[in-house]
Amino acid sequence: MTVAVKDIRTEEMLLNMGPQHPSTHGVFRVVIRTDGEMVLESESHIGYLHRCFEKVAENNNYLQVVPYTDRMDYLCAMANNLGYAETVEKLAKIQVPERAQYIRVIATELNRIASHLMAFGTYGLDLGAVTPFLYAFRDREMILKIFEKLCGQRLNYSYIRVGGVTFDITDEILADAQRFCDYFDPVIIDEYDRLLSYNGIFISRTANVGVLPVDLAISYGVTGPSLRGSGLKRDLRKDEPYSIYNRFEFDVPVGTGEMGQLGDCWDRYMVRIREMRQSVRIIRQALKDIPPGDFCEKKAFRGVKPPKGEVYHKIEGARGEVGFYLVSDGSVKPYRLKARGPSFCNISVLDALTSRGDCMVADMVAIIGSLDIVMGEVDR
Amino acid sequence: MTLLAQAVPPGAADLARARGTHDVQGGLHLESWIYQGLDALGLEFPFEEWVLVAVTLLVVCGLVFGFINLFALFAVWLERKVSAHMQCRLGPMEVGPHGLLQTLADGIKLTVKEDIIPRVADKPLFILAPVIVFTGILIRFVPLPFGPGLVASDMDLGLFFVAAVGSVEVIGVIMAGWASNNKWSLFGTIRTATQMVSYEIPIGIAFVAVIVCAGSFSLMEIVNAQQGWFWSWFVYRNPFLTILSIIYLIASLAECKRAPFDLPEAESELVSGFHTEYAGMRFAFFFLAEYAAMYLVSAVAVVLFFGGWWSGIPAIDGIGLAPDDSALTVTVGFLMKAGIFMTKAIFFVFVQMWVRWTLPRVRLDQMMHICWKVLLPISLVCLVGSTLWELMTGGGAFFGIPTLFGFGG
Repeated sequence: MTVAVKDIRTEEMLLNMGPQHPSTHGVFRVVIRTDGEMVLESESHIGYLHRCFEKVAENNNYLQVVPYTDRMDYLCAMANNLGYAETVEKLAKIQVPERAQYIRVIATELNRIASHLMAFGTYGLDLGAVTPFLYAFRDREMILKIFEKLCGQRLNYSYIRVGGVTFDITDEILADAQRFCDYFDPVIIDEYDRLLSYNGIFISRTANVGVLPVDLAISYGVTGPSLRGSGLKRDLRKDEPYSIYNRFEFDVPVGTGEMGQLGDCWDRYMVRIREMRQSVRIIRQALKDIPPGDFCEKKAFRGVKPPKGEVYHKIEGARGEVGFYLVSDGSVKPYRLKARGPSFCNISVLDALTSRGDCMVADMVAIIGSLDIVMGEVDR
Repeated sequence: MTLLAQAVPPGAADLARARGTHDVQGGLHLESWIYQGLDALGLEFPFEEWVLVAVTLLVVCGLVFGFINLFALFAVWLERKVSAHMQCRLGPMEVGPHGLLQTLADGIKLTVKEDIIPRVADKPLFILAPVIVFTGILIRFVPLPFGPGLVASDMDLGLFFVAAVGSVEVIGVIMAGWASNNKWSLFGTIRTATQMVSYEIPIGIAFVAVIVCAGSFSLMEIVNAQQGWFWSWFVYRNPFLTILSIIYLIASLAECKRAPFDLPEAESELVSGFHTEYAGMRFAFFFLAEYAAMYLVSAVAVVLFFGGWWSGIPAIDGIGLAPDDSALTVTVGFLMKAGIFMTKAIFFVFVQMWVRWTLPRVRLDQMMHICWKVLLPISLVCLVGSTLWELMTGGGAFFGIPTLFGFGG
């Protein structure tokens, strides 16, 4: 007896993924239209974490805004601090001491590693491998201990401030950072590769999944490792060097499509793993060259009052370009501060990736994880 | 405790006494114990025979149930410890020495928790589902031996029974997911049904290949067919059975819904699959069933491929088997065999945990691909190969090599 396909009545199902869901990396909601396990269409809803950062910034003076920038991308707070500090410095024309520049680079790169470790760990978790997550946390803990010694904070540092940094770095912390580098690269990253990156199941789950062509990425404003995973070599540290990044030697890893197609989840994931090696390389050079001297511009330590005008400045955070557009009316408070969060732009491409009809429910999780979003930054 | 589940006419105790002489080696028989004890005191059993049978049934049922509970307590603790030590953590440390009583504390917590039934749930089905899932696991323990002669019922079609009633669990799972009235639970349910129905086929083929070698469906007979040096274990009997044992271990992971085949629960995708809406004791029953199933598939693996309670060294296995051994030696030999069996089974439970905490999860289509396009064809080829091998060599163990050098199989 044969059953004709038309006799079987099937229904599409609307499924709410989030705002409380273990794999949306925060309060993020996607409404997906599914046919069985296949995702036909998805629609993202954001805004559950909106905290009026930009408006709050208008009511605080320039130094008081720094702690609010921490809370945007809380996994890479140093980069936000740095982006904001450099924006104000650019407008106020403040010269940052040499030593402070090196401290900033060390702190930001360490934070980038911590952030990528988090991305690595949670990505494993999303795909069902729990152990890499705890390995990542074990190593992230070393970085957090360094930060704790450096500024007393483990997550929201508010360490990089206008004019320099808040506290000087001690020899002990420099030795700690050196010890971390020696411990981490290459032994530990190789271990990650063996455990997860080249695992057969992991490759089959990520290769050819969520392919992001480079033109699509550019049209959506995707930046950071997610863009580089599509094969475009764009890294602000290299292309438009800020701070003192032009003094260091490092490579910009890009996706190669070696496991599947160019721009798939595996490529985006692998870019992060390879970037961690490059960050260690930068930290090693910075630790070698760090000069003695002041850690903050003395005048800026007490407060800043940039002249009337406007400025846009962007840096390379762990998730992409962190940009700040600042308008000053000459007072002690910003007249207007607009932040460009990379996660916000990166997440906008999600619907385009998952609505092509070749995505399954399990792939949704893989794709969201590979974009490595932080909801605190999406909503601000 | 040879339970007389399949033969309960009056005079069952005589039957048990009679069976004790031929089919089990060093086994325990509750009924004959009671009779012998009463005989020694010069008393008669005061009730009808069926009372004894009923009491025995209840005792055995309680023992198996108690064993499952105790094992689940231990296995949950072991799982947490294994995962913790693999992940540079300590795991539970506070309750009892090295957290041994942690599961007990969790169990107490679960029993006193509020029993929540969602308003939109299908109430009767929702209540019935955990019972059916747990029963589906429990009755699979009936033909499963825990040691020589230590079996609830040594049925002739034991292996067939294990395979057949395994499907009952699927019904319970479908009921749970459907009755929850939750889309995520429904996803978990459909995945479970797909997965368990598919993976029963490679498992069944592995069963058939073993039955061909052992010449019996009875789990006791299968174990007894593997007596001797460890190369008499079916895993070494021929290369096809070696492959089939690996296929069985992989498929049994899927059968237990364990990683990398834990799609039905997939906590990062479906929150926790079909039992998302369950809380308190009902949830605990699903949990209990999962760990009981882990032990079950491991014990079946030990019975089918890894020599059951035989240690693989005849000198050790011989303890307590000689006709003139003292009662003490017989008891020691029996306890050793039961211990060996339990150790092997727990080792395979550990392997399941080891795999779970190492590998990522596969996707639904990949899961089906592995089953239907990889495991099934290979297992079919192995079944034919193994049968032909048996036909050609007449059942030579260890690829038939020891027989060439004069060692018995």
